[in-house]
Amino acid sequence: MVSIADRSPPAAAVPSAARQEFALRAYGAAEAIVVPFLAILVAAIIFGVFIAAIGKSPLDLYWLVYTGAFGTWFSWQNTLLRAAPLLLVALCVALPARLGLVVIGGEGALVLGGLAAAAIAIPLQNLPAIVILMFMAIAGMIMGAIWIGGVGALRAYRGVNETISSLLLAYIAIALFNHFVEGPLRDPASLNKPSTAHIGEGNLIGALPGMDVHWGLAIGAIACVLAWILMERTNLGFAARITGGNIRAARLQGLPVGRLIVAFCALGGAMAGLAGMIEVAAVHGRANGSLIIGYGYTGILVAFLARQNALAVIPVAVLLGGIAAAGGLVQRRMGLPDATMLVFQGILFVVILLSETLYGRIPFLQASVVKERT
Amino acid sequence: MDDIGWWGVPLAVLGGAIRVSTPFLFVSLGECLTEKSGRINLGLEGTLVLGAVAGYALSYELNSAWLGLLAAGIAGCLFGAFHGWLCKFQRVNDIAIGIALMLLGTGLAFFFGKPYIQPSAPQLPVISFGGWSDTPQLESVLRINVLFLIGIAVAVLLWWVFRATRAGLIVRMAGDSADAARAMGYNVDRIRLLSTAAGGFLAGIGGAYLSLYYPGSWNEGLSSGQGLMAVALVIFARWNPLACFGAALLFGGAGALGPALQSVGVTTGYYLFYAAPYVLTLVIMILTSSQSRVLSGAPSELSITK
Repeated sequence: MVSIADRSPPAAAVPSAARQEFALRAYGAAEAIVVPFLAILVAAIIFGVFIAAIGKSPLDLYWLVYTGAFGTWFSWQNTLLRAAPLLLVALCVALPARLGLVVIGGEGALVLGGLAAAAIAIPLQNLPAIVILMFMAIAGMIMGAIWIGGVGALRAYRGVNETISSLLLAYIAIALFNHFVEGPLRDPASLNKPSTAHIGEGNLIGALPGMDVHWGLAIGAIACVLAWILMERTNLGFAARITGGNIRAARLQGLPVGRLIVAFCALGGAMAGLAGMIEVAAVHGRANGSLIIGYGYTGILVAFLARQNALAVIPVAVLLGGIAAAGGLVQRRMGLPDATMLVFQGILFVVILLSETLYGRIPFLQASVVKERT
Repeated sequence: MDDIGWWGVPLAVLGGAIRVSTPFLFVSLGECLTEKSGRINLGLEGTLVLGAVAGYALSYELNSAWLGLLAAGIAGCLFGAFHGWLCKFQRVNDIAIGIALMLLGTGLAFFFGKPYIQPSAPQLPVISFGGWSDTPQLESVLRINVLFLIGIAVAVLLWWVFRATRAGLIVRMAGDSADAARAMGYNVDRIRLLSTAAGGFLAGIGGAYLSLYYPGSWNEGLSSGQGLMAVALVIFARWNPLACFGAALLFGGAGALGPALQSVGVTTGYYLFYAAPYVLTLVIMILTSSQSRVLSGAPSELSITK
């Protein structure tokens, strides 16, 4: 690289510096878009071969996925309904990831956040709906923040691996959830499906104007934008990224590394807890087993596919929400097991991680091309 | 039948520990081998489920539990080799790949396992050591599956291989210093690939135990984190195969606590007892981890302890 730069005449370098800077950024951005798209395409081809190998038509399948996810206004709404919680639980992975942590237990924070929100609504029934919802949101977020913040604290102050501890805590969270929903917090009227008491029809979060999709979608999207601003445009986010880049350098700079880790984990957990609260307050009306359907795990895939960028989480969540929404249609029309979409998600995840190796290695997308031209 | 009352609880925990610990034992031995070579495979949870379904399906189709067991091992081995192959690429993170393979393995297992939820397959044999006893509870404790005994043998074998053989030394060298291994002319990626594949074989066997003996059928809720707990268990066992055996028994006992209490009529807090193995794992991780010092016995190339 250096030899190429040396060969360019020094006089020409001055006027072209700004242009070169722009070109470098443009190539970087192009790479960040081209590689994930390539990965999705490759994953779709591999999955298509898999489907063809078991004797079904991949083209029919993709057409069904398209219709089931984005084909009609109805399916769009279904897609967005599923994208709403994914936006928030993906942040539970993406925020700690910028500090170099792999937290995969968002499911636990979501489940307990939903439970805390449902529980706090019970004694507050006489208050106005907006106040109840505020309390529910705060309860859900605090619960989630404690759960994942604890993971961060164990990592920062005890050196406990956050990947394993967060997943163990997710299992523990689900056990606690079942204990409370089937025991102390059970609504005696819920016979077949143990649930907490309903938060009251009048207290549910309403739909966005002109849609059947609830306000949770907007809240999730706003949270993603705010998280992006926090990460990319504030001193705090900068400190977090330094910690993720080189923890030793961060310590030498005098950054409070431990507190940063706990704070960003807690923030991620609060987002997952809020996702649980919204699922309770907008979709189910109570906390029960319907909350535990693996949103937290799909959220991991969303965050990795978005390369831990909070803004990129928005389109990726819609894409994966769509794939999940189309699952039912694919299952009914093609007679495939409901795990089919899980296989696709798994293939996609593997290919996305494998594509990391391509960054900086596709010849026509490299900034060095720019340097050679100048 | 004699009523032995509360004595039934420790007996049931002991019996349960022997029954429940076998998959932990196999998965942790597999993970121990993989980690000794310097990589961590979090995907063993997926391998376990895949092994469970492959073992069950082949046992049913071929009407032989042993062929099923072999199929489970081969499925696990291929999946492990896949992990090893993916990780050799630059900037591909072994922990993240493990999470992805957890998802993929579970997806594939559920996909191919759908037709096998109903039929019943031939099961693995047990050996009864309790014929002399006239207490039925004790007799049931001493009905021990052959895989448990094989597991003990594998643990001893692995311990001996690491301690006294050339192959064991090469694996340990790849795990302690990739540079040293390269300088000696060994291909580190290949050593790790083979170690991960062999570890996957053992994890697949552990999965087959779940579907072919205890609980002894295939369903989608069969594995609930055993593969993952085994990773923590290896850290607790300080990468020593013999200690893995003790740790597996301990975890099995914790897992058996809930059902044992339920059998004597304690039903309140059932779900909390169900969480016992997870809590135990977490507590052990907190107690044995340290922020400042390197864990003794840890392969120094391992990303999880760095």
